[in-house]
Formats: sequence, C-alpha cells, structure tokens
Amino acid sequence: MNSLVPLFILIPLGSAMIMSILGRFIKNFGKYLITLALLFLTGITFHLIINVPEVLVYKVGGFADVGNIPVAIYLVIDGFTKILLLIISLVGFLVALYSFSYTTQYTAERKFYILFSLMLAGMYGMVVSGDIFNMYVFLEISSMAAYALVAFGLEKHQLEASFKYQVLGGVASMLILMGIGFIYWQTGTLNVADIATQLPVGGVFIKFVAVLFIVGFGLKAAIFPFHSWLPDAHSSAPSPISAMLSGVLIKAIGIYVLFRLFFNMFALSYELSLAITVLGVLSMIIGGLLAIGQWDIKRLLAYSSISQMGYVILGVGIGMLVLSKGGSQVIAGFAIMGGLFHLLNHSVFKGLLFLSAGAVEYRTGTRDMKKLGGLAELMPVTSGTSMIASLAISGIPPFNGFFSKLIIIIAAIQAKYYTLAFLAVLVSIVTIGYFMKLQKFTFYNKDKKIWDKAKIKEVPFSMALSMILLAVLCLGMSLLAIPQFRDIFLQPAVKALIETVQYSVTVIGN
Amino acid sequence: MKGMSIIVKKICQILAPVIFLFGLYVVAHGHLTPGGGFAGGVIMASSFIFQIIAYGSILPKLRHEEHGLEFLESGAILGFLVIAALGLILSGTSIFFAEFLNKGTAGNLISAGFIPIENIVVGAEVCAGISIIFMALAVFKDEVTK
Amino acid sequence: MILFILCFVLFMVGLYGVIIKRNLIKIIIGVAIMEYSVNLFLILIGYVNEGNVPILPLPEALVNKPFVDPLPQALVLTAIVIGLATTAMLLSIAIRLYRKYGTFNIRKINSLKG
Repeated sequence: MNSLVPLFILIPLGSAMIMSILGRFIKNFGKYLITLALLFLTGITFHLIINVPEVLVYKVGGFADVGNIPVAIYLVIDGFTKILLLIISLVGFLVALYSFSYTTQYTAERKFYILFSLMLAGMYGMVVSGDIFNMYVFLEISSMAAYALVAFGLEKHQLEASFKYQVLGGVASMLILMGIGFIYWQTGTLNVADIATQLPVGGVFIKFVAVLFIVGFGLKAAIFPFHSWLPDAHSSAPSPISAMLSGVLIKAIGIYVLFRLFFNMFALSYELSLAITVLGVLSMIIGGLLAIGQWDIKRLLAYSSISQMGYVILGVGIGMLVLSKGGSQVIAGFAIMGGLFHLLNHSVFKGLLFLSAGAVEYRTGTRDMKKLGGLAELMPVTSGTSMIASLAISGIPPFNGFFSKLIIIIAAIQAKYYTLAFLAVLVSIVTIGYFMKLQKFTFYNKDKKIWDKAKIKEVPFSMALSMILLAVLCLGMSLLAIPQFRDIFLQPAVKALIETVQYSVTVIGN
Repeated sequence: MKGMSIIVKKICQILAPVIFLFGLYVVAHGHLTPGGGFAGGVIMASSFIFQIIAYGSILPKLRHEEHGLEFLESGAILGFLVIAALGLILSGTSIFFAEFLNKGTAGNLISAGFIPIENIVVGAEVCAGISIIFMALAVFKDEVTK
Repeated sequence: MILFILCFVLFMVGLYGVIIKRNLIKIIIGVAIMEYSVNLFLILIGYVNEGNVPILPLPEALVNKPFVDPLPQALVLTAIVIGLATTAMLLSIAIRLYRKYGTFNIRKINSLKG
C-alpha cells in the first residue's frame, strides 16, 4: 500500500524524461503518455480516497528514525492531501485531453508536454512532501515549468507576463527560503511534523516567520495585495495552461501549503488567523470589483480567480478564527469544509471556463468581448458548457458552486461573523453580474457581429469531450453536499486540519 | 560571438582537457571528498564553455551539439530515477531510493552502495544542463544581433 | 550577529534593485543578489566557531572536535542549483523581450495594462 506514495512523483517526472528522449522519434508520443499517466494516477487517487482511510507515511530511502529525530525525507498522504491529489489528477487529465487538438498550433509540441509533466511532478511533490525544504524544491520545479509555459507562445505580452511572474515569484521564493532558514535555526529540523513539536508557542520570532510565509505563499497564491502578476500571467498563457494555473497551481503551491503550515505546524494564534481572513476577504471583494471592468475574457476570469480564492480563504479562515478562540469544533469544521469544498469546485468550474475561453479563441482568434458576440448558435457545446460553468461559479442552485458558497455563508452566520456573511453574499451578486456580462457579450448579443458560418464551427472532438466531462462534474460535484459522499471526500480533509496536533502525532509517532 | 586571439585559443586547447579530467575526478570521488556530482558537473561544463568563448560560437554546429546534450540530460535524469526505482524493486522493501548494493568500507573508492553511480549520473546531467543553458543563451544572443 | 545584519542588508540591496531599477538586466541582478544573501544566511546558520569539515572517516586530529552543521550546506547546494535555473530562465526571457521590443527599459515594455 505504501509503495503507491512515491509513484505520484516518479510517474510524471519519469514520463517527462521519456518524452524528451522518445518523443523525438515517435510522433504524438508525449500527449498519449501523459494522458495515460494522469488517468492511472486519477485511478490511484480514487483508490486511496475510498479504500485507504488511514494516513500514509512513507520514508524515502528507508532510513529509520534515530531516537525521536526523523532522518529520512517523509512523504505524507492524509485527508487534506488527497483532495489536492484529486484535483491535480482529475483537472490535469481533462486538460491533457483538451490539449490534444489545442497544441497542434505550436511547432514545439513535444516541449509543451515535457514542461506540462514537469509542472505536474512539482505539484504532486509539493502536496505529498512532509518536509519543508522538499516543498521548496518542488515549488521551484513547478513554478519554473509554469514560467516557461506562460511564455510558450513567445508573443510580446506572453514574454512580458512571464517576466513579471518570474520576478515576483523569485522574490516569493526567497522569502520562503528565508523563512525555512529561520525555522531550521530555531528547531534544527526540517520535517513539518517534527517542527510542530519543537516550535515555541507565541513570541515575536514565530510571528516574524509566519509573516514571511504569509507574504511568500501569498505571492504564489495571489492573495490580495500580492495579486498583480496573476491577471497578466493567467490571461497570457496558452488556454490549457491557464486552466491548470488558475484551477490547480495556485491551490497546490499557495493555498495548500499556507493551510498546512498554519494548521499543522504553527500553533493557531488569533492575530495570524485574523490577518489571513482579512486578506482573504479583501481579495474576495477587490478581485470581484476589478473583474467587472474587464473586456478580455481570460483577464476577467483571472480576476475572478482572485475573488474565488478569497472565498476559500474566508471559509477556512473562519474555521481558524473559531478554533483559535477555543470555539465550537463543529462550527469550525463546517466552515473549513465549506472552504475546501469551494476549493474543489473552483478548480473544476474555473478550469472549464478557461477551456471554453480557449475554445472561443481557437476558433475566432480573439479574446476581446467587444469584438465577439452571437457565438451561441455556431458553437453550441462551448456555449453550453461555458453557461453551466458560469451558473456554477455564480452560485445558482443545482450546481456545485451554490452549495459550497451556502456552506461558507451559513458557517459565517453560525460563527456570528455577520459582516463577513453579508460581504460573501454581496460578492456573490457581483459574480453573477460579471459572468452575465461574459455570457452576453461572448455568446449572445446576436446583432453585434455577423460571423462567417463556414469558418466558425464547433471545436474538435477532444476539446469538446473534455469540456463536456467538466460540465458533468460541475453538476455531479453538488452530490458532495450529501452526507454519504461528504464523509468520504471532505470529512477526512477537515479532520486532518481541525485536529491540529494530531498530524505530528500520526506522522512521527510520539 | 566572435572568437578570441590565437594565444587564448592555444592556452584553452591545452587547459580544457585538464579541466575536464579534474571534473571527472571530483565526480568520481563525490562520496569521499567535498564536491560530487553537481560540483564536478559544473567543472566539466566549464571546460566546454571555455572552448565556446575562446573559439566563438558557430551557430549551426552549436545547434547540433545542443540536441545531443539534451538527449544526454534527459537520459541522465531518467537514469537517476531508474536507480532510485531499482531500490524500490530489488531491495524487496518497497522503498524508493533503498540501498540495493553492497556498502563496502567507508573511505574506499568503491564503497557507499549506489551513491557513486548516482554521482556519475548527476555529473553527466549537470554538465549537459549547464552547457545547454550557456549554448542556448549564446545562440539567442547571436540571433538577436544578426 | 553583525554577519546576520550584513546578510539582511544584502537582501535589502537585492530587493531595492528589483523594486526601483528600470532595466531588465538590473532587475535580474537584484533577484540574484537576493538569492546570494539567502544562501549566505543559510550557511551562517550552520556555522560553528572553529568548526571542522563534516566528513567521514575522520582523521585522528579531528576526533571529538566540533564540526559545522552539514545540512544547511546541502540545502545551499540545492538552492544554488535552483538559483542558476531561475537566473538562466530570467535571462532567456529578457533576451527574447529585447528582440521583440528593442529595449531593456521596463517602462517601454508595456503591452499589458489594466
């Protein structure tokens, strides 16, 4: 059972290298290999979620602990990790499927898939790793691949966005590395579980390190004051990559680590929880307001990503606030569950929205909403799936976004944060507003432009299939609100976060 | 990039093999002395970079070299992963990076299990990687100035 | 202690370069300086006064003498590799940008707005 754990790093990394060698001789080798690999990893993830409820701890190299000091590099898969593994595998698989037809426009298709699998390897390593420096290494692997992928088309704006992303990402990495250095200085260990037992509670030192991590991972996750690179990078990248960046990367290398460290490594403190929640609320409001004025489809979606990540942080942040004040575990658990549920949902519908924006760009060659319009008849699949995703993200009842937002709002009311609940409802209305704008100007509004009917047609099969599958997921994931499914998928993750001390006890066993 | 004067070319011709040999030495003794795969690989790559700077870049030739080196680089990383996975299979413990060779006595050249092999692979990978980076930048620059 | 403060000053110099400078190459140099300062900081953490090299087998003279912490050195080696990749990536993008815009001035590279 345990030997399944390293496969998550071994398979994508190995397939990147095999692609680099064999892809030169066999045409289209890369796309088939990575799609099959991701299908296999999705299978393993479902197997782990359904059949293996316990926490898996894996020691690389098999070095036994000396005394109580963990020597080996630990790989840990607990409930929270499994959620991230699920979205990386599932969204990654569907994006790889979509890329089948999309990447034929590039001359260096092979390199696209090599970088894509390297990015996946980095993200898998990031979430599986139980060692803070290893996290940093995998963070850099995935960021480096993402920088290259943003600039993949080599157009003016792509290069510029990539440069901006790299400079800010570089500063973030340095802050994170500095934080790791401080932690090693204080505790003499790099294992997250071991640090949790060694780290002193409270004090200026801890706050300083925590601020370094908030700024560092906040830059990677594009939380409000550090968000300036995201709209450029996510809108300039090739569309499948935008879907990966917005749908998965900012969660795996930003939000995941932030929550993991602040729940399971640092002792919860009220001030830091308040800081994180306030930043989340600010990014929720400001991302939403900035999205209204955008006329570029992908730029609007990128700003919307900032806003929706604000919801995730709001949900989990309420949980942190309640826990740090010693409040009810039930309410905290409910709020955290809402946040994590929204995280899952967001990766699905934002992935779908970016893919359908990519489909529009693939056929019409433009992303400017002022030049688009009346595509609903010509591209029914794209239009339909985009409509489903817009409804889901705005929180219209039968779709998944409604349930996660509802849970967050109810939890905010239960925890007596009425202002936050009110703001969440308000931003939800704003969200409906800008998505109706997107739908109207892109797919409806017929009289604006007459398209050449022979030229604009539905996208190729693989792109359509992956969009339809994601749209089905948008509807199907509302089932996670039902207790039976909730207990399998979401409850273990909530449990992993809410029992803050339990993590280090399970992992290093003392 | 233009080449340098005859003196530089001649000295480079004499020194480059020595630098390469020293790189090989550092890689081979990676498990005994400071250094190892990364440091040795950088030294080996520096002998290539030295030659490119002295003789100037001839674009078509460099492009050809780049392809070969990319092959070597991917092959080396794959080799690293294969050795790690062999530990998973051969040691019978289902452990990634598990030791499956005889460890020998500390201090001998042939000792420390698979670590010397990993060092050689890392050395090849770093040498290829750094040479590729340098060549790519040289090619880019020449394309810009043309 | 003075070394740590100097290290922090070096970090700030790098940050200054990233934030204030308008030239792409100078920004890249700023990022590189930040990397060096953090690497230096990691090395300083593991430093022990009059410590020896942490290598086995120990010569007779070094038995029971203090030795420096080898772990930060391993970390720094990794961080240097990553820094190399970051710098190379930034430089290659900068060269491409120069080809497209014909300038290194970041004020003039502004096709993205809003």
